[in-house]
Amino acid sequence: MSKIKFDYVRKSYGPNEVIHGINGTIEDGEFVVIVGPSGCGKSTLLRMVAGLETITGGEIKIGEKVVNKLEPAKRSIAMVFQNYALYPHMTVFENMSYGLKIRKVPKAEIKRRVEETAEILELTPYLKRSPRELSGGQRQRVAMGRAIVREPEVFLFDEPLSNLDAKLRVQMRLEIKKLQERLGITSIYVTHDQVEAMTLGHRLMVLNGGNVEQFGTPIDIYLKPETLFVATFIGSPAMNILDGRLSDDGTAAILTTGEAIQLAKPLLSHKGQAIKLGMRPEHLIRCDADKALLYLNADVVEQLGADTILHANLGGSGETVIARIDGVVPAASGERFSFTIEPENLHVFDSDKGKRIN
Amino acid sequence: MIKRVHFPASPLPYLLVAPQIVITIVFFLWPAGQAFYQSFHIEDAFGLGSEFVWFENFEVLFTDPLYLATFWRTILFSALVAVVSMGTSLVLAAFADRVIRGATFYRTLLIWPYAIAPVLAGAIWSFMFHPTLGIFPYFLEMAGIDWNHYMSGNQAMALVVLAASWKQIAYNFLFYLAGMQAIPKSVIEAAAIDGAGPVYRFRTIILPLLSPTTFFLLIINAVYAFFDTFGIIHAVTKGGPASSTTTLVYKVFTDGFIGLDLGGSAAQSIVLMVMVIALTVFQFRYIERKVEY
Repeated sequence: MSKIKFDYVRKSYGPNEVIHGINGTIEDGEFVVIVGPSGCGKSTLLRMVAGLETITGGEIKIGEKVVNKLEPAKRSIAMVFQNYALYPHMTVFENMSYGLKIRKVPKAEIKRRVEETAEILELTPYLKRSPRELSGGQRQRVAMGRAIVREPEVFLFDEPLSNLDAKLRVQMRLEIKKLQERLGITSIYVTHDQVEAMTLGHRLMVLNGGNVEQFGTPIDIYLKPETLFVATFIGSPAMNILDGRLSDDGTAAILTTGEAIQLAKPLLSHKGQAIKLGMRPEHLIRCDADKALLYLNADVVEQLGADTILHANLGGSGETVIARIDGVVPAASGERFSFTIEPENLHVFDSDKGKRIN
Repeated sequence: MIKRVHFPASPLPYLLVAPQIVITIVFFLWPAGQAFYQSFHIEDAFGLGSEFVWFENFEVLFTDPLYLATFWRTILFSALVAVVSMGTSLVLAAFADRVIRGATFYRTLLIWPYAIAPVLAGAIWSFMFHPTLGIFPYFLEMAGIDWNHYMSGNQAMALVVLAASWKQIAYNFLFYLAGMQAIPKSVIEAAAIDGAGPVYRFRTIILPLLSPTTFFLLIINAVYAFFDTFGIIHAVTKGGPASSTTTLVYKVFTDGFIGLDLGGSAAQSIVLMVMVIALTVFQFRYIERKVEY
């Protein structure tokens, strides 16, 4: 077990720089999820830690060792691939023992460790089978078993669940989380899935265009997104972003439709500036018309049973707002709803740079 | 239950396959039938008449130590050609698979030998190794080796194997390269992370996953060495010296057209035909179901 340190890590393919200087430390035993849209460089970053991609600039340290020039084999890492990458011509046992055999671990020890791992992953009955005789979930477990059995210092997961069906994904998600807690091995997990990002890790690194947008606990990122990108990327349905400006005394946000929404704290240094105001759909609360801060005209109503998603426009302006209301709400297109929001649930962003200012 | 598509009866389909059928009949069935007929006859010395002799030609053949020697020589020749050409192409394909820049150029160069006619390939090699004119005997002499494949049977065999293998490398290379590129990259990466070096990875991952390709190529190369190397042998050694490079196919030619033993030669071609059929059946039976996985 050891910590991982990124020190201004960069990656270019020819003249194209795809990762622009990433910093950050992953603590010993910590589970960090890297999330971002496709092409943000998250897999590349993971593969750089693994040693499958060269590091153009900066340093990656595992433990106290700079691993930039080390072969993947020498980094004491194990990786779980999206397509499992099992050796198709070997049995489950051979798949799991391959790495140990190379390291010249004694036969009896190999047998003990593989059987132990198989026990944890409930793979014991399948040790003699070949990968093609296994289901998707079982293959995934073999891939994890192959990683665990090596007792590496670091686990790397490259979207390991995206080839599974929805039900299995939920189950495997829980298993991975339990397993990581039980083994306490430093792990990096790359995904583009919202739920995996929020639930799996101790901390979340949000990547966009080769830059770290925010690095913190999932709840911090949900409650206090630092940038417009993070605000709209994390959370489903995505956060509503409305154009507006701060009032001249900095205490309220004024929308393009004229409504003034009181902020929790006055923003004195930004008085009168253009802003973007963020409101999560689940934070909009229905209320009586006289207490309302926002009036929404429903366009489309989606009934999910547990809650109702309202796609609406803001008081006749072109701006679309999505609201999530608990339970079943009978609503028709064109109907008018009144909403209010707690001031602490408001997110205020600088209009130019997209940085959080409240 | 298999449902078949029914077309209304029409002469068109028969018309369309007719050229192929005609070619098969004229160039394969007819000569094969002729050989079959002749293999049961012995022709008199002046070609004026022939006598039906049942299996005498075959009896003579299988008791002739020269024929048996030729049979084993052919097996040796085929094995050497298969090993040399497949081994070389495997190594070349492994390198081509790693090359990123100039890969197409490299591949094109490697595929060229396939476009060269067998006799020309033979001519090239026989010039390069000509005892008095060739460049290689010159180098070999520096190394203290006296090269003369017109005198030494083993050297002649080595040269024919070399020429025949070289011709086949391009074909094997293509199949091996395609086979390697079909192996998912992540499997190789997983092995690298598991700690396997390039050579160990090649031995334990790539080679086993290529076994269906290897099996296929083994049959193809055997068939090639058995039946398609006449031109090369004819151009390089003419089966000599002292029959040391005479393979079964070459013996059919020498016995039939030089020795004028048409019956015996026909019997030999029947034996060869049976071998081709056996190899082909074997290939169809086992190639279709994958060897590995």
